[in-house]
Amino acid sequence: MTDYRMHLLICGGTGCKASESSEIKNQLDQYLSEYDLDQEVQVLLTGCFGFCEKGPIVKVLPDNTFYTEVKPSDAKDIVMEHIIKGRPVKRLLYKNPKNDYEVTTATNIDFYKKQIRIALRNCGFINPENIDEYIGRDGYAALGKCLTEMTPEEVIKEIKDSGLRGRGGGGFPTGLKWEITRNVQNDQKYVVCNADEGDPGAFMDRSILEGDPHTVIEAMIICGYCIGADTGLVYIRAEYPLAIERLKIAIGQAEEYGLLGNDILGTGFSFKIELRYGAGAFVCGEETALIHSMEGLRGEPTVKPPFPSVSGYNGKPTNVNNVETFANIPVIINKGANWFNKIGTEKSKGTKVFALAGKINNVGLIEVPMGTTLREVIYDIGGGIKDGKQFKSVQTGGPSGGCLTKKFLDTPIDYDNLVEAGSMMGSGGMIVMDEDDCMVSIARFYLEFTLEESCGKCNPCRIGNKRLHEILTRITEGNGTPEDIDRLRVLSEVIKDTSLCGLGQSSPNPVLSTLNNFMDEYLAHVNEGKCPAGQCKALVRYEINPELCTGCTLCFRNCPVGAITGERRVAHFIDQSLCIKCGVCFEKCKFNAISLT
Amino acid sequence: MPKIKLSDNTINIIKEVCAEFDNKESELINVLHKVQGKLGYLPAEVQEVIARELKTSVAKVYGVVTFYSFFTMIPKGEFPISICMGTACYVRGAEQVLSEFKRQLKVEVGESTSDGKFSLNCLRCVGACGLAPVVTVGEKVYGRVAPTQVKDIIAEYRNNVCDVARTA
Repeated sequence: MTDYRMHLLICGGTGCKASESSEIKNQLDQYLSEYDLDQEVQVLLTGCFGFCEKGPIVKVLPDNTFYTEVKPSDAKDIVMEHIIKGRPVKRLLYKNPKNDYEVTTATNIDFYKKQIRIALRNCGFINPENIDEYIGRDGYAALGKCLTEMTPEEVIKEIKDSGLRGRGGGGFPTGLKWEITRNVQNDQKYVVCNADEGDPGAFMDRSILEGDPHTVIEAMIICGYCIGADTGLVYIRAEYPLAIERLKIAIGQAEEYGLLGNDILGTGFSFKIELRYGAGAFVCGEETALIHSMEGLRGEPTVKPPFPSVSGYNGKPTNVNNVETFANIPVIINKGANWFNKIGTEKSKGTKVFALAGKINNVGLIEVPMGTTLREVIYDIGGGIKDGKQFKSVQTGGPSGGCLTKKFLDTPIDYDNLVEAGSMMGSGGMIVMDEDDCMVSIARFYLEFTLEESCGKCNPCRIGNKRLHEILTRITEGNGTPEDIDRLRVLSEVIKDTSLCGLGQSSPNPVLSTLNNFMDEYLAHVNEGKCPAGQCKALVRYEINPELCTGCTLCFRNCPVGAITGERRVAHFIDQSLCIKCGVCFEKCKFNAISLT
Repeated sequence: MPKIKLSDNTINIIKEVCAEFDNKESELINVLHKVQGKLGYLPAEVQEVIARELKTSVAKVYGVVTFYSFFTMIPKGEFPISICMGTACYVRGAEQVLSEFKRQLKVEVGESTSDGKFSLNCLRCVGACGLAPVVTVGEKVYGRVAPTQVKDIIAEYRNNVCDVARTA
């Protein structure tokens, strides 16, 4: 193996790849070979660094220099300046927005300061397509320890003592789930990894699979050893081609090293892993629906009990865990339950990965200890609200969660606190909204999602959500009545109480939480025919104030439908019958001459 | 929808895929993935062949095809356009971008243009929330798309001057 003196790590996550990170790698490789440095410096495409806002990211090792917003054309300077002359390329360094100082290393960037990375420990550090790099960072050590030094009962006890709870949303204690499945007598059992990430705005499972696939494989083998299963199945979204490819490579390498297959590490324990592809159905995140989908059926949930632990895939006992849950397992085994359970709050241990997005300065993937407050996440890590606007709400838990207001900013984040606040942990989507977001529209947006994703099996969910959506649409179009608000609440409660599975039971949450926290906005729509945020098209008008308009023609030139008329240096005019209320003129106007009423 | 006459070649492709999975009914979803990968879409006639091969009912195959959003019974355009409607993209204005595409292409979501060049769809989260709102055309990802850019994106493909180098 070549002994490199330097490594250039480039983010190969989805966001950065979309911003040409593969091309950056090609360019770097090209310049390195031009200067005969390709035997000294290695360029690697790694998993997600998390700091998506400032991507593509290039990190230089061993000096830890952290370059942001790199373009393929910057490759030459990185090679010429940094690698040959040994001085960092200043213009590519992250600038602290507070004081404009350049920050050279990631650890000094506010975005990373409060994070503790357990599930994401290897993302952005290793080449996910090389098993040796995973092994170099204690990979498969936990598996070795479990198989050779611990009984399945001891491993389960360790997981139970760690306090780890399911990271897919439910928060069920992982160790307990394993124990239940272990105690069911059957000669065929299955381990299933739920990688059907369907929550819009959450991409942590994908990042783990793309950035560190071996950790999931290792944990699945450990789980198999504990519950007495010889087969693992990964149920993964077909829309994640990169994650599928990397997982396949990882499985192949693990088999080659004797870590998967027959007689693992000479212990007599055998385990194999196969992939099953999801085909885009949110409800398949629900265990029973997921199992039906793996059996080739429509992914409709069934009543529990029987739980999958007793009767799951092909009627056999099946243990289903989510990707992020599995990613925690090897660390717990290596560092011990007592290390893990010191992190977090009383009932929620460890860390949680969140996909922080929306109207926030630092969009990205973060991992923080349980108990971190929303304020710390939004302001310290997230860098506050975009464009200096006012914080309005943060939505957690995806379509099943709720919108939290300012008064919850200092609530420590854990499973129970979020539920108490009227939301939930979910898989970890965290969408920040500002003053321009209409909460009635947001509720309607989520209902539109559940409406499409409802499998249609039970009436409350299939019909009830449709009615909720109709009422919300009516309100956003200015045709709502005060009675509609009562109807929303009553119907929501009924759907919650009578739906069959988690999807239906939680689908009214966005409605209920916005009703509870933003009633004034509902009332403004219904009583005054106004949308306070100015987002509901039917309720707003764009108008040009002739006194402020300078006749610069910018709005005229940008209007996509030609609704604006006027000549240079003469005040312009919007024809309301043509206006499609796209808001482009409003955004473009430099003189605040366009108002929203 | 007019009935399509499948060529013998197409029927053989479908049969081969089914045989690859031992004609097992439980492999239906995998079969559908593979067939759609080869043919681009799954019209009723294709579903009939699959049902016959897997010895199951057409109703069951149809039930599965229509259940999952990944499977489509309508052929995609030469350049499939997808607008990300994940929450992050939504709050950053994806809806305006979508309505601009609808207006420019004169199609609704799930439809293709009459010349078969473009099809318009929504998808749920590409995982590039840092670039919201996101639009994908084929494999290529466009980030931070404003409604005013929609025209240019369409023009890029309408005139077939696709910049292959930037394909992600």
